[in-house]
Amino acid sequence: MHLIRLTTATAAALLATTALSFAEGELNIYNWGNYTNPELIKKFEEKYDVKVTLTDYDSNTTALTKIEAGGSGFDIVVPTGNWVPIYVEKGLLLETRPDQMENFKNVAERWVDVPWDPGRHYTVPWQWGTTGVAVNKTSYSGDVNTSAIFLDPPEELVGKVNVVPEMNDIINMTIFYVGGEACTEDKEVLKKVRDTLVAAKPKWLSMDYGTTDKLKSGEYQATVNWNGSTFRARLENPEVVYGYPKEGYPLWMDAVAVLKDAKNVENAKLFQNFIMEPENAALISSFARYANGIKGSEAFMPEDMKGAPELDTPEDLQAAGQFIPVCPKSARDIYTAIWTELQK
Amino acid sequence: MTRKPPEPGVLEARLEATRVKRNWLLSLPALVLLLVGASGPLLIVLVYSFMEPGDYSGVVWKPTFDAWVQIFFSRDIFDDTLGLADAHLTIFWRSVRLSLLTTLITIAFGLPTAYFIATRPGRARVFWLFLITIPFWTNLLVRTFAILEMIRSEGLINTWLQNLGLISEPLQIMYTDTAVLIGMAYVYLPLMVLPLYAAIERFDFRLVEAGYDLYANRWQVLRRVILPIVKPGIVAGSILVFVPSLGAYVTPRVLGGGKNMMIGNFIELQFGQGRNWPLGSSLSILLLLIVMVALLFYVRVSTRESER
Repeated sequence: MHLIRLTTATAAALLATTALSFAEGELNIYNWGNYTNPELIKKFEEKYDVKVTLTDYDSNTTALTKIEAGGSGFDIVVPTGNWVPIYVEKGLLLETRPDQMENFKNVAERWVDVPWDPGRHYTVPWQWGTTGVAVNKTSYSGDVNTSAIFLDPPEELVGKVNVVPEMNDIINMTIFYVGGEACTEDKEVLKKVRDTLVAAKPKWLSMDYGTTDKLKSGEYQATVNWNGSTFRARLENPEVVYGYPKEGYPLWMDAVAVLKDAKNVENAKLFQNFIMEPENAALISSFARYANGIKGSEAFMPEDMKGAPELDTPEDLQAAGQFIPVCPKSARDIYTAIWTELQK
Repeated sequence: MTRKPPEPGVLEARLEATRVKRNWLLSLPALVLLLVGASGPLLIVLVYSFMEPGDYSGVVWKPTFDAWVQIFFSRDIFDDTLGLADAHLTIFWRSVRLSLLTTLITIAFGLPTAYFIATRPGRARVFWLFLITIPFWTNLLVRTFAILEMIRSEGLINTWLQNLGLISEPLQIMYTDTAVLIGMAYVYLPLMVLPLYAAIERFDFRLVEAGYDLYANRWQVLRRVILPIVKPGIVAGSILVFVPSLGAYVTPRVLGGGKNMMIGNFIELQFGQGRNWPLGSSLSILLLLIVMVALLFYVRVSTRESER
């Protein structure tokens, strides 16, 4: 998901910085690149007479490093959920109590008690998504709701599978596939993980990003992919289907938090409340094409997003989705070693 | 200043002193730039390679040799025995092998090209050289994607071959070492052609005639007359191609499909998802050392040439 947003300095940033120069207050937002709808910013600026400045980053590490250094001047940051506890632990976030805000009633129940911010004392939902598999139906018509698509590819897909080089997602999906738990350090499990991956690799075509275009063009017939990307590919190639691996698949949600050293705390809180309004949340989604976790926002979304199978997880597969915490260093070291062996 | 003033010249000595001082001042911007822009960051990388990795990124200020040991030896993740880090060695060997092959390919294509250009009349020569430099105007990434468009399954080459009926299934060139080689050879070819051209251009073709007069055949003329004279050009071109190939990152990533890493990609892994900056730093320094050895080799060869 990160590479998708990696495209830097967008029109959004430009629009946001040039719009209102003589506003009452200011708000400095630090968010992923190519991820913020300029219309949303404009609407907020007009409603509250606040000048918004948008700065973007390309990874959670970049954002954390910069904020930890202090004096960043940002009021709002949008880390991926599993990074929120790190921010909290380091004392970087302000406890703004979104759960007591006026629009909190719009947050879908599923997103209230999230593991990384129980009860929502710090953060407000921005967008969420899943990491699953995408398959071209013309090549394979069997069950796609399984990680076997890339870990034990069916005959028809051998040599035609891509795996995105997102280490944490892939290792954890493989851990789920062999029956382990996220971030495990259990050697038995990890041995199976390594063997499964090493055995599967010869059946892969590539380990590459840029999945949306290549799914569309048919460069490969299956890939590990994010739901939003698969959605965009399907709009142009109706043969593409999205699968939610029943063995377990990662969920992620980016969350809007206010920094402890924010200078414009009141405006930042206004913004948190503002984006929990269904109409405004829909603006977020219509730009980056992911779901947002706000009840009633579907009504305001573009027609093609309503009822999209990539955005509506089937009932029976919802439980398989898991938030993966940021794994401890000891676990990550083993994962990196497995990863190096895989890509050597 | 340290130089002894010639004969009575106290004045000359003073003049010399101011000249030296002025030269120093004039070169100061360049020195500062080198220090701040090149040596400084390199020093940071060097220092980082002797630290412990931080939890999420960065380093902890605890000196250790771990990052350097990790390059060559690794503790097996499962039975905890210390052994040669064969994954790392495989990656290094792949990089060196592909870089050497790239160099050979560019020589094979560059030599005839340079010869062709150097033997054209003056005006045409400028035109051909101009054509060679055109790719430099384009960003590396764009050039790599151009190659991708040529060789991918639905790309130009496969479509043509299929239309001509030569093949029925598209050739899988993308995502193989062959693709990486094609890409790197294409990208670095101008770096080989230009020094070769410089060497061949100076070549006195009367020597070839003299060779034939002395009953040498074509092969002997090439081997005994032409090659020794253009050799400095070949060596210079090889260095110019080998060095960037070794650190290549974009080409293997885009064309190789990322299944098999080269050093550049491996270093990126350490700074990115692996979050092991010290190991990334020590790998970078090691890469620099390899390049330095290659350059020293070049200096030795070229000085020997000029002494002859």
